[in-house]
Amino acid sequence: MSQPFSAAMSQVGPDSDVVVTSRVRLARNISGFPFISRASNPVRQEIMRVVRRAVDQSCNGIDHDQGMRWIELQSAPSRDRILLSERHLVSRHFANSDGPRALALSSDEHSSIMVNEEDHLRIQFLCAGSRLSDAFKAAFALENALANCTNFSFHPRWGYLTACPTNVGCGIRMSAMLHLPGAQIMKETDRIKRAAKELHLAVRGYYGEGSESIGDFFQFSNQTTLGATEDALLEEFNGIVLPRLIGYEREARTAALARYRSRIEDIVFRSHANLSAARLLTADAATKDLSRMRFGVVMGLLPIELTTIQRLLLQVQPAHLSLIDPRSLDSEEADREVRATYVRQELLRGTTDTK
Amino acid sequence: MNCDHCDKPAVVHEIVIKGGDSKEVHLCSDHAIAAGYPLPVEQPLADIFPKLGSVAKVEAAKSKERSAKCAACGLTFTVFRKSATLGCPACYDAFMPMIEKVIESAQDGATHHLGRSPVGGAEIERVQNLRVKMMRDLEAAIAAEQYERAAKLRDELKALDSPSP
Repeated sequence: MSQPFSAAMSQVGPDSDVVVTSRVRLARNISGFPFISRASNPVRQEIMRVVRRAVDQSCNGIDHDQGMRWIELQSAPSRDRILLSERHLVSRHFANSDGPRALALSSDEHSSIMVNEEDHLRIQFLCAGSRLSDAFKAAFALENALANCTNFSFHPRWGYLTACPTNVGCGIRMSAMLHLPGAQIMKETDRIKRAAKELHLAVRGYYGEGSESIGDFFQFSNQTTLGATEDALLEEFNGIVLPRLIGYEREARTAALARYRSRIEDIVFRSHANLSAARLLTADAATKDLSRMRFGVVMGLLPIELTTIQRLLLQVQPAHLSLIDPRSLDSEEADREVRATYVRQELLRGTTDTK
Repeated sequence: MNCDHCDKPAVVHEIVIKGGDSKEVHLCSDHAIAAGYPLPVEQPLADIFPKLGSVAKVEAAKSKERSAKCAACGLTFTVFRKSATLGCPACYDAFMPMIEKVIESAQDGATHHLGRSPVGGAEIERVQNLRVKMMRDLEAAIAAEQYERAAKLRDELKALDSPSP
């Protein structure tokens, strides 16, 4: 975790021009225990003990040769908790809440298990690009391995029982973080959001539930978890909905470039110039400019590697920045200065590398 | 008030003014018809009473909902309504009718889990029991003329029988 960038958030994958990351998350509760809202701290400790034993027993068998790391959040330093949330491995709520809770994390940081979040277990697989069916397989492989060592709460009619009754059934949440600058320029974002709602998808911001969209990044996820098999839900989301969203954004980009080429070039190159020259930079401002540059890169306007932009998008976040240079923690001004200096150097290096 | 001519309750009330004198007239339906008065429409009253009855029923059901409590974890329905989070697996049965509504409306009308289940051995029996229950629900939905629910159940039964890929 102390490395300044994570696997999923700073890599690229299939359809990375539009799809930043794919994630599958399974909600499970261990039978015989109350849900988290009615679980006292000793009970939560006991749940952690049961999960940890299951993780230790099961995860050596599958492709986590080194097992999973176990991070107890209630005793972890605040910076580590924020690092995890900046990497989208834990929700902000989970990073900041109270009580015994843990994260089991594979060494490549693709697989993880939040323990004692809203449900006892949130088993997840997160990876770069459009790879939902890989994420689906990996999340279920982990879930299966755990199911061999522990019993999940299950109801003959409602399926896997979850603390929030609207997640019952398969207890599966598939999501894709999309970059939609084309739709934004063509003023189509609201229409996409409305269409998504009709398809029973949730549309969220950069940091999931309750967060704002920064830099045209939107997270789409399924809300239906009952009345269909897991495979059918995957097929609908990954086979039908996601390709349409990707296609729609690509068309919007082509149309935007055909109609507003100089305006778009102006925005992209100004963002590059801004980040190449700034001496003080906030995380939000950096994210916005990096998002515009990302658009320029995938449209072939800027000769910079997409991985550089992806890595910087993560590294400009406050906790990641402090890994690069702890002086950023001294004051707000220091934070801005360190960020501006780092981004300037990296862009200079990134541009030279590709020449 | 009774009829001026008999002991039946009066349905027509009039003030008759004749040559500067006013006189109150109260007539039952029979005497009113005999005297040539048009009868007041009684329908509204008949309408209101059954409605009042169902309001009371809804109120009773609501107060029953409010007082519902899970015996296993002690969560009350009122607290659940506020937090939208259940206390334990037993809450699903404790708050069954209300939870059913919440789930079906959040899940686009879906009524049963069709996906995987934890253990392989009991799986065949589980699917068999589920199928029997769903068929019974389907018959009940058709009998109650809940066609949308019936259609959903029919789709779910079909999905249950199709082999998963």
